[in-house]
Amino acid sequence: MSTTAATIPGTDAAWTLPPRGRVGMYGLIAAEAAIFTIFVVAYLFYVGKSLTGPLPKDVLHAPVFLTICLLSSSVTIHLSVTALRSARASAFVLWWASTIALGAVFLAGTAREWHHLIYDEGLLIRTNLFGTTYYSLIGLHAFHVTVGLLGLSAVLVLTLLGHVRREHAERTDVLSLYWHFVDAVWVVVFTVVYVIGR
Amino acid sequence: MSPTTIFAPVSTPADSIFELSRFVLAVTAGIFVVVFALLVYAVVRFRRKPDDDGSEPPQVYGSYEVELAWTIIPVLIVVALFLATARVIASIQHPPKPRDALDVVVIGHQYWWEYRYPAFGVVTANELHVPVSDPARPTPTFLTLLSADTDHSFWVPRLAGKTDLIPNHPNSMWIDPRETGLYLGQCAQYCGTQHAKMLLRVYVDSPEDFERWIEAQRRPAPANDAVTRGREIFETTACVNCHTVRGTPAEGTFGPDLTHLMSRETIAAGAAPNTPENLRIWIRDPDALKPGSLMPAMNLSDEDANAVTQYMESLR
Amino acid sequence: MTTASIPWTERDAAPRPLVERLHEWVTTVDHKRLGVMYIGYALVFLVIGGIEAMIMRIQLIAPHNDFVSPQVFNRMFTMHGTTMIFFVAMPLVFGFANYLVPLMIGARDMAFPRLNALSFWLSAFGGLLLYFSFLGGSGLYGAGSAPDVGWFAYAPLTAKTFSPGHSTDYWTLSLLVSGFGSIGTAINILTTIVCMRCPGMTLGRMPLFAWLSLTMAGLVILAVSPLSAAQIMLLVDRYLGGHFFDTQAGGSAVVWMHFFWVFGHPEVYVLVIPAFAAVSEIIPVFSRKPIFGYPVMVAATVCIGFISMSVWAHHMFTVGMSPAANGFFVLSTMAIAVPTGIKIFNWLATMWGGKVQFRTPMLFCTAFLFQFLVAGLTGIMLGSAPFDWQLGNSYFVVAHFHYVIVGAILFALFGGFYYWFPKFSGRMYSEPLGKLHFWLFVIGFHLTFDCMHVPGLLGMPRRIYTYEPGRGWDTWNLLVTIGVVFQGVATLVFVGNLVWSYFKGEDAGSDPWDAWTLEWSTESPPPVYNFAVLPVVQSRRPLWDLKHPEDPDWKYE
Repeated sequence: MSTTAATIPGTDAAWTLPPRGRVGMYGLIAAEAAIFTIFVVAYLFYVGKSLTGPLPKDVLHAPVFLTICLLSSSVTIHLSVTALRSARASAFVLWWASTIALGAVFLAGTAREWHHLIYDEGLLIRTNLFGTTYYSLIGLHAFHVTVGLLGLSAVLVLTLLGHVRREHAERTDVLSLYWHFVDAVWVVVFTVVYVIGR
Repeated sequence: MSPTTIFAPVSTPADSIFELSRFVLAVTAGIFVVVFALLVYAVVRFRRKPDDDGSEPPQVYGSYEVELAWTIIPVLIVVALFLATARVIASIQHPPKPRDALDVVVIGHQYWWEYRYPAFGVVTANELHVPVSDPARPTPTFLTLLSADTDHSFWVPRLAGKTDLIPNHPNSMWIDPRETGLYLGQCAQYCGTQHAKMLLRVYVDSPEDFERWIEAQRRPAPANDAVTRGREIFETTACVNCHTVRGTPAEGTFGPDLTHLMSRETIAAGAAPNTPENLRIWIRDPDALKPGSLMPAMNLSDEDANAVTQYMESLR
Repeated sequence: MTTASIPWTERDAAPRPLVERLHEWVTTVDHKRLGVMYIGYALVFLVIGGIEAMIMRIQLIAPHNDFVSPQVFNRMFTMHGTTMIFFVAMPLVFGFANYLVPLMIGARDMAFPRLNALSFWLSAFGGLLLYFSFLGGSGLYGAGSAPDVGWFAYAPLTAKTFSPGHSTDYWTLSLLVSGFGSIGTAINILTTIVCMRCPGMTLGRMPLFAWLSLTMAGLVILAVSPLSAAQIMLLVDRYLGGHFFDTQAGGSAVVWMHFFWVFGHPEVYVLVIPAFAAVSEIIPVFSRKPIFGYPVMVAATVCIGFISMSVWAHHMFTVGMSPAANGFFVLSTMAIAVPTGIKIFNWLATMWGGKVQFRTPMLFCTAFLFQFLVAGLTGIMLGSAPFDWQLGNSYFVVAHFHYVIVGAILFALFGGFYYWFPKFSGRMYSEPLGKLHFWLFVIGFHLTFDCMHVPGLLGMPRRIYTYEPGRGWDTWNLLVTIGVVFQGVATLVFVGNLVWSYFKGEDAGSDPWDAWTLEWSTESPPPVYNFAVLPVVQSRRPLWDLKHPEDPDWKYE
């Protein structure tokens, strides 16, 4: 077979398959989605079951501004990748850096919210079921935001050093898929924690 | 006959399961016979002959008709099995509860069983007594299943299927044994080191015997001057932290209620017969009979151990 | 069907220093080497897990035996189960898939070779971490070392209160780490199959092995992740004071069960689907016919994958779910029997009208058919919830799942070993030793696992270090233990055969079985680049087309 390829008539039509990076990222996203689903299910199951306070309705305030920041960062990263595809380097860097900044604002805001919950409201992960499920779910998400920011920052550094060009647009797009996933998860987490769970 | 076989039911839940099992076994046996026969035939008939000419046999790729047939038939079998099963689930899990049903609360512990009869104010351990149930006028026993620590499971095969005891998750089951006698089982959910010796003994008594047993259990511990020394040791050592002897200062609930210890045929949840020798061994060093049980060795001297044993022997 | 290309195998090159050769293996990203490492790793743990089983069976040979203490016994069944599932069966399955999938689809390697290596080393580290617990941990009441909470580690037994010390943490962390390795491998397999097939190999022309590997990979991605999530929650409970499974604080032990079995049930399909894969390649070649009903086999596999995600609570029939919930899981469990049965019939139909050669691979696959049939039928019995209320958590269940894991999966993988050993090593194994292995193992397997059903029917629960006499369990337990000896000897024969044949077996050539899929078109063992020229295919059996140009498959597909 390997030395007698001529025996089988060749195919004239182009043989194209999906790109590996993109499919691999979809696989990773599926696995991560499954992990988040379990934490969300646990959160929903334990709503209202804490034996002691504090309770969500007493201490939770919907982080609307942070949500706007995070969801906007999906827009900025999309603009960034589009810019790279058309070789508009400075637009690419601008929107990419904005994405990182918006993500950083989100994390800082989460840290502030946690500081308030811990020191002012006395809600710890060990306080009650609400504390356990809240910090675990929000924390898992924040961890993924952090990992995403590290990846985005690495790309920013490489760009500033001149290593990122138009031919890398597909790879940055694949990375942006991860970022979009993190934002989509936030939509679910926000709904579950600040809307349904309160 | 094995005392714990699932094929000799004496109580309705076990009966229903037994009947269902016969149907399921018949169906699966039928499937087995047919497919097994076909496999054997294929292995014998289509083996390559020694005088084979080396040519390839006809290359058959499939047959939609055949494949449809062996899809539809299994679907029908599945539907039949499901319907038969669903009916039995409903009948066992939603039984009618007559007014004379007896209620018992079963609390699973590492590694013993606590039994409470709320209607009579009786608390005992490890040997469950229930009245026999006449099928004409049933007097079933309904068990509420709780746990004080890890997961356990109540399994006495001749009486019913098993149901788990899970902390913070009360369960219930019922039995209506129609023959008196002693029925055996054991914990069926791994609960720790001595899971294996958390045995079940269910005494199905005639109505009169059951009455008598309840009356005896309701009484507080008999007073007995001959065992004062033993009782003193019992009440001043840590024993009272875990055990109750009703009518005395001993009110611990971590371990079994000992008020009528001598009414039981075994100790340590069936791990050993209830004899003076075994009692003494148990009191001196529980690990000798049931290594890993949660009762600590109290390091009593021989004299003290003998005294306490005598006190235990007085708890009739 | 040997090629005229320049042979370049390990044996042709001048011998290099041992350190250099070891370094090559440790740093390799070649899917074939990683495949061999997975398989070698699994075989080592197979022997260790077997010793753990032997210890348990000696303890249970008679009632009230005291060969080992209850603490040791409880560690044995925990380690045996955890080892066999995560460090024997999973690596075997990943090893075969790693080695064969790129070859079968005409690719040069997996999609992400470095991720492949990382995944292997993560899984390997997980196994070592688990076994380090014998030295490092301590368990129930500080009286143990290795984990002793059972391989499914039910809450609240795993809480700090009931499992102080670190033995449970070894269980949790080792599986968490190797779980990430498994997910990595699964993403790799999935991407490789979707993105790297050679020209002409549409999804409908892939070998069934590839389809089954694809389904298995999808299941790993969806099912191992929930286990990772649950284990993170367990760590939160044990170390951060969390209450996910803390029943004193309103937490639920049943939630752990749901999360675990959402992983646990698809996991067994992760293990059995590759067994189906091996059988689906071997039976056609040794029957000299194509697989019967390829499209339906693919459809049935995908159905099994989907349905398997909806049956998990049949492991929880005794926890007190509502009749509606119980009923649902009865229905889904019974339903999965339909596509599974279809596969058995299709394999049977493949043999039907063929000219079957009962060489060692085919012997194992034939035994697989009989044994998988029985395993499936006892599974149906257990799927009927009220019947499970008696049989659940008893030795009947232990017999059932060993029938699947040993009788079906291990037998099929043994068949795969013998079938592909010539390709991996370039040598033929010894056929008489292979047959000896087979018959010894069949005798031992049936003695052990046929007899094991009976104590379950007579009321013997699982996970007990000893039992009472007078319950009718004694003789059956004795027979079960005797069977293990046969299996142990058979396994030694097997390992001996592999080792001896690797050094002394005769040259196999590239296609000793006159087979039809792409791995047989290249040398044995394949060169590091797999194919000199990437193949172009027109049917499901490209080599059949080459060998029978007057009657190629693509005329009929």
